[in-house]
Amino acid sequence: MIVDYFNLAFKNLKRRGIRSWLTLIGILIGVAAVVSLISLGNGLKDAVNSQFNIGSTEIISVQAGGVNNYGPPGSGAAKPLTQSDTDAIAKLANVQWAISRNIRNIKIEFNKEVAFTYAASIPDNQNYADHVYETIGEIKPAQGKLIESGDRGVIVIGNNLADGNKNGLGRDIHVGNTLSVNGKDFRVQGILKKTGSILYDNMVTMNEVDMKNLLGYGNQVDIIAVKVIDQKQMNQTINNIEKLMRQRRNVKIGQEDFDVSTPQSMLATVNSIISGIQIFIIIIASISIFVGAIGIANTMTTSVLERRREIGIMKSIGARNEHIFYQFFIEAGLLGLIGGLIGVLLGVAIGYMGTAALNSFIGSTTKPLISFSLIFFTMVGSFLIGAVSGLLPAIKAAHESPVEDIRA
Amino acid sequence: MTEIIRLKEVWKVYKEGEEGQVIALKDVSLHVNEGDFIAVMGPSGSGKSTGMNLIGSLDTPTKGSIFLDKHNISHLSESDLAQVRGRRIGFIFQQFNLIPNLTAKENVTLPMIFQETDEFQREKKAAELLKMVDLKDRMDHYPGELSGGQQQRVAIARALANDPEVILADEPTGNLDSHTGERVMKFLNDLNERGKTIIIVTHDPHLAMEHARKIYWLRDGQIEKVTEKVKGKWVDSHR
Repeated sequence: MIVDYFNLAFKNLKRRGIRSWLTLIGILIGVAAVVSLISLGNGLKDAVNSQFNIGSTEIISVQAGGVNNYGPPGSGAAKPLTQSDTDAIAKLANVQWAISRNIRNIKIEFNKEVAFTYAASIPDNQNYADHVYETIGEIKPAQGKLIESGDRGVIVIGNNLADGNKNGLGRDIHVGNTLSVNGKDFRVQGILKKTGSILYDNMVTMNEVDMKNLLGYGNQVDIIAVKVIDQKQMNQTINNIEKLMRQRRNVKIGQEDFDVSTPQSMLATVNSIISGIQIFIIIIASISIFVGAIGIANTMTTSVLERRREIGIMKSIGARNEHIFYQFFIEAGLLGLIGGLIGVLLGVAIGYMGTAALNSFIGSTTKPLISFSLIFFTMVGSFLIGAVSGLLPAIKAAHESPVEDIRA
Repeated sequence: MTEIIRLKEVWKVYKEGEEGQVIALKDVSLHVNEGDFIAVMGPSGSGKSTGMNLIGSLDTPTKGSIFLDKHNISHLSESDLAQVRGRRIGFIFQQFNLIPNLTAKENVTLPMIFQETDEFQREKKAAELLKMVDLKDRMDHYPGELSGGQQQRVAIARALANDPEVILADEPTGNLDSHTGERVMKFLNDLNERGKTIIIVTHDPHLAMEHARKIYWLRDGQIEKVTEKVKGKWVDSHR
């Protein structure tokens, strides 16, 4: 029986042609927006998570904050961290080691072309260098070798930088080539494996001594990487570092000009921002769906008025009130469902195109996250939105008088 | 003969404007026996369409009672009335009143959907009925693709879908040329011969007198006279 109503409703929608399609647009746009943004947002979260590369969960990052904070983290701080901060943190309880890192913007020249990227320092102390490589599990050489203690005049470049199509320098860079970094020549001694992370694939690493001499930042430190001994005491250690830094920088609680964070906490912040954006856009999409629902209600009301005669005929041949109600109710639901279906297809397509664009932009390998439950609930939701919009017109249709309708 | 329908002292009054009212039927009593071929005759405005609506349980009387198989159906709800007419009365309208976006076969199937007949039975019955009205090769045509006569034959097939005892035809030939109209009336005669009770509402005395065996003559909402065909001649009848 229910199949017959769907069949009848579908035939009626087909008959109404362009008007049905126009009615669908509101729902369609709303659903497409919801599906594409949820799938894109989830994909984006995935991409961000992969960019963070949380190789080691015991690492705490300490950065200076400040108003002049352009460029890589901590590099433009009004009151930068120093090596003595690193040394002081290293002495705290539950700290296995603390290593100073610098990350700075650089200009590279090759093949008479110029590109801008950033350099990350590798400690001259081999133990510390090994800690850095262990912590960031992604840094592995594809060709050549990594920066080691005592290396001077050499660099290791990220995988994208070696690729002439991606480095903006018009030519592939090979191990042994010489690059000019901020006007000084460096020989490429290694190329990193592709990681899929925008950070590591575009990075230049060099010995911290070379980097300090080249960029002249003196005793400044951009990030202090801290490894804890016992992860259970992570929060206590963070508190201790914050307390120490407040003392050293002479600031009160709540006025910190530095930031102590873990990869997880940074990730949580980013994810909450993405979720916030998703919710905001879903609210906007909901307005579109609401407008779509009004459109369906309007179309169904008009349809009831136009089809009074048909309602009368159906009642005269035995249709009960509920039969007429079901027919209009299902018809409205079907309008929503078709809108939802097209919206889902469009949303999925936008999701894929969006991630493809994202991937080509940042070199990631993200896919949109399209779950069965997302599609299922969107479709059911679309049908219900349509059906609820058609509720009043359907009730009106069901209670029409057959005698008056048949004369209409 | 078994009485199938009885209207007892039926009034139908329509309200018009604030206080005005139109009396469409005034104290009308009539009865229909099983197997009758009855015509309700009268000029425009005589109340014959109102009468048809009441006989066909499309409407309820303002006053008086309507009995179907001795059950008073005057105060049934709209849904219950729909059930009654769906099972027991088949309608044929002057305007054919087919659903335009359904094929001939689907139109015939529709009353059976409302009676929840299973799909196999519906399809089989619709095909048989359309074959009976000589439209076997037009089953999948839409009403817009059929002539007036063909549409009326689809309407006849539809009226027979649930195998009702009574066929109620409102000016069944009103929109047809005389030849096609004759053909439609022949179908109704055949159905009557097979035991169906036929009630036609018409303003055409020739049509009524040629096919019906009993005529209720309506004027100004009242039955003016009742005539019956006895041995080929029309004579006044007791009500």
